[in-house]
Amino acid sequence: MKTPSELRYTEDHEWLRPDGRSARIGITDFAQDQLGDVVFVELPEVGREVKKGEAFGVVESVKSVSDVFAPISGKVLAVNHDLVDKPELVNQDPYGQGWIVEIEFGDEAEVQSLLDAQAYGALQEGGH
Amino acid sequence: MGKRTPLYEEHLALGGRMVDFGGWDMPVQYPAGILAEHEAVRQRAGLFDVSHMGEIDLHGERALQFADELVTNDCQKLEQNQVLYSPMCYEHGGVVDDLLVYRLEPGHVLLVINAANTEKDVQWVMERRRQLFPDVVAEDISGKTAEVALQGPKAQEILQSLTPFDLTKIAFFWAQPDIEIAGRRALWVSRTGYTGEDGFEVYVRPEDAVHVWREILRAGEPYGILPCGLGARDSLRFEACLPLYGQELDQDHTPLQSGLKYWVRLEKEHFTGIEPLRSEQETGGPKRRLVGFKLTERGIPRHGYPILSQAGEEIGVVTSGMLSPTLGEALGLGFVPAEFAQVGTPIAVSVRGRAIPAEVIKKPFYRRSGK
Repeated sequence: MKTPSELRYTEDHEWLRPDGRSARIGITDFAQDQLGDVVFVELPEVGREVKKGEAFGVVESVKSVSDVFAPISGKVLAVNHDLVDKPELVNQDPYGQGWIVEIEFGDEAEVQSLLDAQAYGALQEGGH
Repeated sequence: MGKRTPLYEEHLALGGRMVDFGGWDMPVQYPAGILAEHEAVRQRAGLFDVSHMGEIDLHGERALQFADELVTNDCQKLEQNQVLYSPMCYEHGGVVDDLLVYRLEPGHVLLVINAANTEKDVQWVMERRRQLFPDVVAEDISGKTAEVALQGPKAQEILQSLTPFDLTKIAFFWAQPDIEIAGRRALWVSRTGYTGEDGFEVYVRPEDAVHVWREILRAGEPYGILPCGLGARDSLRFEACLPLYGQELDQDHTPLQSGLKYWVRLEKEHFTGIEPLRSEQETGGPKRRLVGFKLTERGIPRHGYPILSQAGEEIGVVTSGMLSPTLGEALGLGFVPAEFAQVGTPIAVSVRGRAIPAEVIKKPFYRRSGK
């Protein structure tokens, strides 16, 4: 499983790519592999204020439904509309074209508190 | 650790993702994924390990009569080596299980039952035997049989390359005992399945399972065969509207409510559960019925989601639902009051608290061409 070193991660198997005051968010390679073929992604509305830990999107595979939790608090700046017609991008390119939302965050400390690649890698090996 | 079929190590070697299913460790999918496995079965061929299914042997002069008392379909019409599908009911009309009945040589009947129900079914059959047919010998032979299902339009060509027996002689829902498959004696081969495609179910001794499994995959390779897990098994059976016990069938619904009227022969002299079913049929038919529906806006119905009337009132619950891989539509099955059961009736499904419009449609969702 790929775990790019420049990203931050959560225990819920999401990744975050900070860029200035905003960050793109998606689910990890491990998460997409566990889910299997993604067939549907429910995206939040642009402009919505989300709180860290809040379920703000849904990824559905053939067999299962999984919430996407906000890794940080902030405002939804953009969503990946390509996923409406091509949900499989989440499987094919989880850290790139398969991104889900972009959030403008208020608290830099929240970003710093997320797992780094090494800690997330250790979590996967722990058998999740 | 759950129970393992003789093919457990094969699944691991093929990269199968193992999950618990009714106490068994079974592959839900292989690396190709559920969609690819599903497509392989619809277009070419797929191979399933169904060794977890239960088997009960009935022996004795009245074995067929006993089977006929147990199930709602008509066993007496069966010829030797013919197979039938049937619900099996409790005395109150609820369903114990759905199963296949094989009429084999005289005085021998085989019942093939759901893995998750094996213990309960064996208990039920033994109890009925004691009460009604003590002269019939019933034996749980689940541990003595392994079973693989080869399904898809190329199934016959692939299996034919492994046997001298002319498979065109096995018609739909017929079986052939004791034929050679890949150099081993299969116990029975039947043209049956749970996918809505043509195909065969091959019963072998546990010690022959690995060899037969490998040989079928090898013979199927030029055809694009894939090993398939429970995920594809579920999506395939769902599109063909083949009921799954615990979802479309259970002890709280009669087979008439579950839409299996064709397999319930009320004109039979007797079967366990006939009285409540006759009375249900004679008083206007089931008040609740299993319907198929499709969502007409974005969303996917899932097992357990509430079904709503157009007015927003809760009228039922989704038993199975998914985005149909073959049809690309969000489809579901569920029980609703009879007045909502007609094709074309507008309903809705509550998806995470939002009412998504839906419409009752015809079952099955998928029917293979030329059938």
